[in-house]
Order: sequence, then C-alpha cells, then structure tokens
Amino acid sequence: MNAPVAALKTEAEQGLATAFAAAAPGLPGGAAVAAARAAAFDAFAQAGLPHRRLEAWKYTDLRRLMRDAKPLAPPPEAAAKAEAATAGAVIAGLGFRRLVVVDGVFAPDLSDLADLEPGLAIASLADQLAADAPLLPAAFADVLPAAEPAVTLNGALVRGGVVLTVAPGAVVARPLHLAFITTGTAPVAVYSRSLLTLGAGAKLSLIETHEGPEGVDYQVSAVLGLDVGDGASLDHVKITREGSAALHVASLIASVGAAATLTTCGFTLGGAVVRNQAFVRLKGAGTNATLSGVSLLAGRQHADATLMLTHAAPGSTSREVFKAVVDGAARAAFQGKIAVEQAAQQTDARMMARALLLSEEAEAYSKPELEIFADDVQCGHGATTGTLDDQLKFYLMARGIPAKEAEALLIQAFVGEVIDGIAQEGLREALTAATVAWLEARDA
Amino acid sequence: MAAVQETIEQVRRIDVEQYKYGFVTDVESDKAPKGLSEDIVRFISQKKNEPEWMLEWRLEAYRRWLTMREPDWARVNYPKIDYQDLYYYAAPKKKKELASLDEVDPEILKTYEKLGIPLREQELLAGVVRPEGERRIAVDAVFDSVSVATTFQKELKDAGVIFMPISEALREYPELVRKYLGSVVPASDNYFATLNSAVFSDGSFVYVPEGVRCPMELSTYFRINEKNTGQFERTLIIADKGAYVSYLEGCTAPQRDENQLHAAVVELVAMDDAEIKYSTVQNWYPGNAEGVGGIYNFVTKRGDCRGDNSKISWTQVETGSAITWKYPSCILRGDNSSGEFYSIAISNGHQQVDSGTKMIHLGKNTSSRIVSKGISAGRSQNTYRGLVSAHRKAKGARNFTACDSLLIGDQCGAHTVPYMEAKNPTAVFEHEATTSKISEDVLFYCVQRGLSQEEAVGLVVNGFVKDVLQQLPMEFAVEAQKLISISLEGSVG
Repeated sequence: MNAPVAALKTEAEQGLATAFAAAAPGLPGGAAVAAARAAAFDAFAQAGLPHRRLEAWKYTDLRRLMRDAKPLAPPPEAAAKAEAATAGAVIAGLGFRRLVVVDGVFAPDLSDLADLEPGLAIASLADQLAADAPLLPAAFADVLPAAEPAVTLNGALVRGGVVLTVAPGAVVARPLHLAFITTGTAPVAVYSRSLLTLGAGAKLSLIETHEGPEGVDYQVSAVLGLDVGDGASLDHVKITREGSAALHVASLIASVGAAATLTTCGFTLGGAVVRNQAFVRLKGAGTNATLSGVSLLAGRQHADATLMLTHAAPGSTSREVFKAVVDGAARAAFQGKIAVEQAAQQTDARMMARALLLSEEAEAYSKPELEIFADDVQCGHGATTGTLDDQLKFYLMARGIPAKEAEALLIQAFVGEVIDGIAQEGLREALTAATVAWLEARDA
Repeated sequence: MAAVQETIEQVRRIDVEQYKYGFVTDVESDKAPKGLSEDIVRFISQKKNEPEWMLEWRLEAYRRWLTMREPDWARVNYPKIDYQDLYYYAAPKKKKELASLDEVDPEILKTYEKLGIPLREQELLAGVVRPEGERRIAVDAVFDSVSVATTFQKELKDAGVIFMPISEALREYPELVRKYLGSVVPASDNYFATLNSAVFSDGSFVYVPEGVRCPMELSTYFRINEKNTGQFERTLIIADKGAYVSYLEGCTAPQRDENQLHAAVVELVAMDDAEIKYSTVQNWYPGNAEGVGGIYNFVTKRGDCRGDNSKISWTQVETGSAITWKYPSCILRGDNSSGEFYSIAISNGHQQVDSGTKMIHLGKNTSSRIVSKGISAGRSQNTYRGLVSAHRKAKGARNFTACDSLLIGDQCGAHTVPYMEAKNPTAVFEHEATTSKISEDVLFYCVQRGLSQEEAVGLVVNGFVKDVLQQLPMEFAVEAQKLISISLEGSVG
C-alpha cells in the first residue's frame, strides 16, 4: 500500500531543505540550470526521502537510515587537495589514467591529463553546467523511472564531476580511473555527477573508486551516466571503500545501443550505509550486458544493490551475478529486476543472487524479479541464501587446513566467481588482495 | 513461424462458450438491501442468529475497514469497486429450516448436478453398504451467501469430526469457533480480509479432534448465483494434535457482464503432529473474450503450523476469475513444521493473476517447498509473488522454491516477484525461476513423431504442470486436468 505518509518532515529532510537554501546560490549553473535545480528540489521535497513503503527502497529506508543532513562540502581548498593526492591508492600502480574528484569537484590539477588518446575528451561538469548544459542528457530520459528520488536530489545539489566523451570508433587503450574522495574531518555532504558518452564502435575501460575519512559520518551521493553507442564496448568497475561511518548512495544510469557490450561490476567494502542502484536500458538490438557485484560486509554495515535492467529491443543477452558475504550484524539487500518489453523478442537473460551469512546476526534480503511481456524469451533467475557448507569446510580441514583458513578459502572462492569476470588482470589482483585483507580483518 | 501464428489465431478465437458453468439458476432469493453499513452487518449477524460477541467482532472489523485503503501493490488493474453497489447477503429463499436434502430447492440441486457434484446421490447412497476401500467425499455446498447442504454429517460426527457451515458452528460450538476465528487471519489483517470479517455470511467449519484421521475427503463447492452479489465466505479448519484432514474446494459462477466480488478468508490451524491438505480448483467465471465481466477474486488464505511437527500443504489450480489476488501462506511456528505450496495458474483472454505464497519460518528446523507453474496466453498477465522469510530464531530453516512460467502468444505477460529474507545464518533458501515459451525444437520433435501440433503443445503443457497435478487428490486431479484443457482450448488443445 502506498499510503501517503504524513507531511511531517524528518530532521534529515528539514536539513536538506536548509542545505539547499544555503548552497543553491553558490552551485554551478546558469539560469536554466538554477531553475532545473529548484524544480528538482521541489519534486524531491514533495515526496521526501525514500522510505520502506516505496517498493524500490523497501530494504533501504533512508528516512530511518539517514538521521540528519550534513552541510554541503565547500569547493576544495589546498588542504583538501593535498589530502586527495593519494586518492584511489587501492588500485595505484596499475597504470590507469587517474581523474580525481575531490569533495564532488573535478580537480584537473590532481588528474593525469597528459597525452590524451585521440578521440578522448575530458571536461568538468561544473563548467558545462555554467554554460547551461542540461543536468541529465536526453539519452537517459527513458532509462530512469519517473521521479527517482536519489537522482532527483542529486540534480538539485550536484556540485560537479567529470564529463567524458569518446569519439566514434576511438579505442582508448589506457583505462580511466575516476577517483572520488571526500576529505576533512567534519561531516559533510558531497553530491557529484559524472557523464560518459561513448561513440559508436568506441571502446573504453572505466574504473571508479570511492573513499573518504575513517569514522566521519559524511554523506555521498554519486550519479554516473553511461551513454554507450551502437557497437561500442564499455568495461566498468566501481570500488566502494567509504569510511566506516559514511552514507553512500550511488546511481548508475546506462543507455546501451545496438550490438554494444556493457560490463559493469560493483565491489563494496566500506561505508555504514551503501546503496548502489543501477538503471540499465538495452535500447538497441543484439546488445550484451553483464552486471555483477560483490559486497563484503561486517559490523553494522548495510549494503543494498538494486538493479533495474530493461530489455527494450530484440536479441539481447544479459547476465547478472550478485554476491554478498555478510558478517557481524550487517545486512545485505539485493533487488534485481529484469524487464523484457514486448519488442524484445529472443531475449536471453539470467540473474543469480547469492548471499553467504557468516554470523548469528547477519541478515540477507533478496528479491530477484522478472517482468516479461515478450513470449520468445529465455529468462531465468536463481537466488540462494545460506551459510558456509560444513562438508566443504570439513574436506579442507581433513587435509590439514585450519578452520579459519578453510573458511577464508571458501569465501574467496565464493567471491572469486565475480572477480574472475573482470577484464584487467591488475584489477583482479587488487580486488583479490582487498578480499584477503577483509578476511584477515575479520579474523583479527 | 506458422505454428506460432496458428496458436495466436486460436487464442483470438477463444470466447465465452468455453466457460461451461456460465448458466444462471432461477431460484427466488432473500437479499439484504444493497450497500454496506453497520445495519447490514447487524442484519447479517441477525439472519445467522449469531451470539452477541460475534456481532461485536463484525462491527469492530467494519469500523476498522472504513479506515483502511484498498491495496494497490498487486499487478492487477481494475476499475474502482463501488462497495455500496453490492449486495452483501443473498440466500436462496426457503420456507423453514430444512430437515433433509429432499427439502432443498430442486433448482439448486440441479445446479450442483450440472456442476457434477452429486449431493443427492451421495446422501442416498450413504445408508447403503459400500465396498471396502471406496473413497467418499463429504460435500458442503455454498450457494451465494449460505450453505445449502452438507453431506455425510452423521458419519463424520461418529468419527468425532465436526464439518458444518460456519454459521451453524457459531450456534452449536460457539466457544470452539471463538477460540480460533481470526487467530490466523486477524480481523484487521488486510482490506479484503477485514471486509470479509465484517460481512462474511457462510463457509465451512472443520474440527478434527486429537488423533483422528478424517475418514473421508471434505469438500466445499462455492457458487455465486445472484447478480451484483459479493460472496464472502469464511472457512476455518482446525486439526488438533495428530489429526489429519484433506479438504477440497471448488468454485464456479454464472456468466454476467458485471464484475462480481469474491473476498474469502480461509484459516487453517495445525496443532502438534497434525496435517492439513487444502486443495482448490478455482474456476470462477473469467469474463468474456473482450475482458467484460468475470469475478474479482480477492482471497486471504493462511495456515498456521502452530504445533511441532505439523504440516500444511496448499495445492491450487487457478483457471478462472477476471482478477485473482491470492497468496495462500504458511506460518511455520512449531519446531520441525513444514509448509508446501503447489500452484498452477492459467490465465487466458484478459485475465489477471497475481498469486503466490508466503512461508514464514519461525520455529526451528522448519522447511517449506514452493512449486509454482504459471501459464499465460491471450492478453493475460500472470504474476507470481512470494515471500520466504526466516526469523532470527528459526534455526535450520529450509526452503526450496521453483517458479516456472510459460508464455503462449506475444500479447501476454509473465512476472515473478520473489522476496527472500533471511535473518539467520543457518537458513538455507534456494530459489529458481524460468520463463520461456514452448521450444520449437520440442514441438518439432513431437510433430515429427506423428503428433499434431495441438497434441504436441498439450503434451508439453501437461508435462509442465505435472509436478503440481500430482499433489492433487485423485478426484480433483481429473477435474483439474480437464479444466486445464478447457482453459487453454484453442491455444493448446
């Protein structure tokens, strides 16, 4: 029942109104953008923070999880930039082209902009908004559900981000690394938005890392728009390692053209509350999409992976694998919906969601959903929830492996299925190392 | 593709002729005035000679209902129901209390005969010595708002089993009914259940005492006959410690252009070591080829495995109704209790089905199994919606869910919305779902071996639903198999 909840505003909602009023004049954008921001905030304020009665937010009730709204982070000063020098260290040394976004603002001075490959253009969203570019390009209009609250609020408060353009046919050999970092010791709110337009037949690898100060309850809202042209190929990995008290809400919006390939993988380690939502629309025929995710959760962490994948044209294939390892009193939620429109005949879609519960208080929720309007399709989903298999553990222990190590091996194997799907070897190694570190911290 | 085109053509040709239960029985009836108010609730309660507490219970439910909103989360679309434009009580007119089946209006008896339910014959045969081992079924027939006949009452009584209309049970065993009524589906449970609590008119009441295995299958046949009538029946089945009962339910309605409302509540209670098997063949009028008319079927069914080692099993074959909104559920409260849900939901024409189950694991070592088969044809929408949850203390909870959908034609939809909520690491949940059409390869293989296209499709569909059909009691399995072929006639033969 979508009963209208009383107009009583929560502290966070009131705080957001205050933050918007205070920050609006200083946010980048011309008159048209300012009007769009005001309209977006009004739309958001009317509905309020998403809550459990909204089906899409059933397991991540922001009214409850977001106690207050932090003030918007100011544009980064020298100190913040100094702190940001190490952004993305988790995958440093892999030779990726690093682009740093500090407190929601693209910092060209910290970024590697030398020797750009032909066809690759990098710009700042703030600059584009100042020239009254739209908050969200038209390509994404039919990808997002109406009045999506997180993206709407992000539109009102966004300070900046990176705008990437790859010309048709251009093959960018060196992977791009978008390193997002929140700095300082004061709790702030950071709203960023980055956009990528991949021309027809172009090829790119894009890696995102998100991090911030440990123990500070800052809030991050990140939007990433991916416009993948016909025949283009995009390989995307997102590593979320926010500080242990952070709230992180990320929205991925992807529009995929005919015969294109999209591979995206989310790897979530840090953050108190993390919501990764993806809206993917396979618009062209014969596309190939692989979406995957891993969450390693402990303590009182809450991570939600929500996926809305729409097959809108015939002959596309999609594969989804989402895994969660839940320890302590953490909670993992997965909501995945595959929608097949009537035009999308010969769709082949498979989704798998698995949760591994390691402790008495761990919780896992999954909702794999199919919505099918075409008859000539092959669609399936599977979901499992359970703990480590005692027999497997026994097998390893019988061969002289201590219990803890046996558990670690099994967990690594569980997560490994997703990591193995990542194209770059260096990245696979970095993520395996991160998993091992997580397992060691668990044992400590 | 010729085969596909043929199927689509045939689906298009489907019309109302295939609903063979669409006749109207001409009996005089006694109706409450149209509309819903406290007075109507009092009227129903008075008609039934109910104890005072029951009236209070109804009124409380009615007042609660006024404050509730109609749920809109299900994937079904229908014009708003005007609850004041319905009759909430209709009973075939009768002169006085009936002494035996002979006094039942012959028109009604004829109706049941047409439906293939031999009430009269069964009673006539009741006194005759029957060959050992022959299966018999006790039938309770509900016509609009009242139960018109219950067979085999005496024999059941000898076994200690109480099987009677709930209105009668309220008079004869008020304390027993009071103890259990609303204990599984509270009066305030949901919009339709609350409405039912306020205005329910009849239904079956079954009590199987400790250690008794009910000597025969119990069955209720529901028939909506009157125009513009809502049918609100309430069934309450209690299996005391170590008891066993198998209960069957069937339903039909005449063809009418208006939509009729059916909002039933079924409550099952299984104590220690008890088992209840509840089977439904639902064949309400589904509306015509343009989607006009048909029954709105908004049903709340829930079983409570209250005792240790208890078991509740739901089996349903859903082929009728314009709209089905139904989630037979199990609360697995007792340790080692188990719940099962087997479902075949077939939708054709403009039917909309949103059905599934909830398995709520509370006790230790509880297990549940869900097998759901959805077949959509024509322009219908068929949704499976289910929840499996394990409470923090539900150590060793186990669930297996399989839901498969088959699409016939390119105008229909099949949807799956499963929820899995585990709050216990020892809970093991597995869920798998597939959606596809009948593979051309399989059809080709069959046709190549001399089967006609229609026979081939029939064979595949029968294989598709086999798992569930096997769970039905024999008598129902035959009827269900026929129903499946009628429902898909023209689309699969």
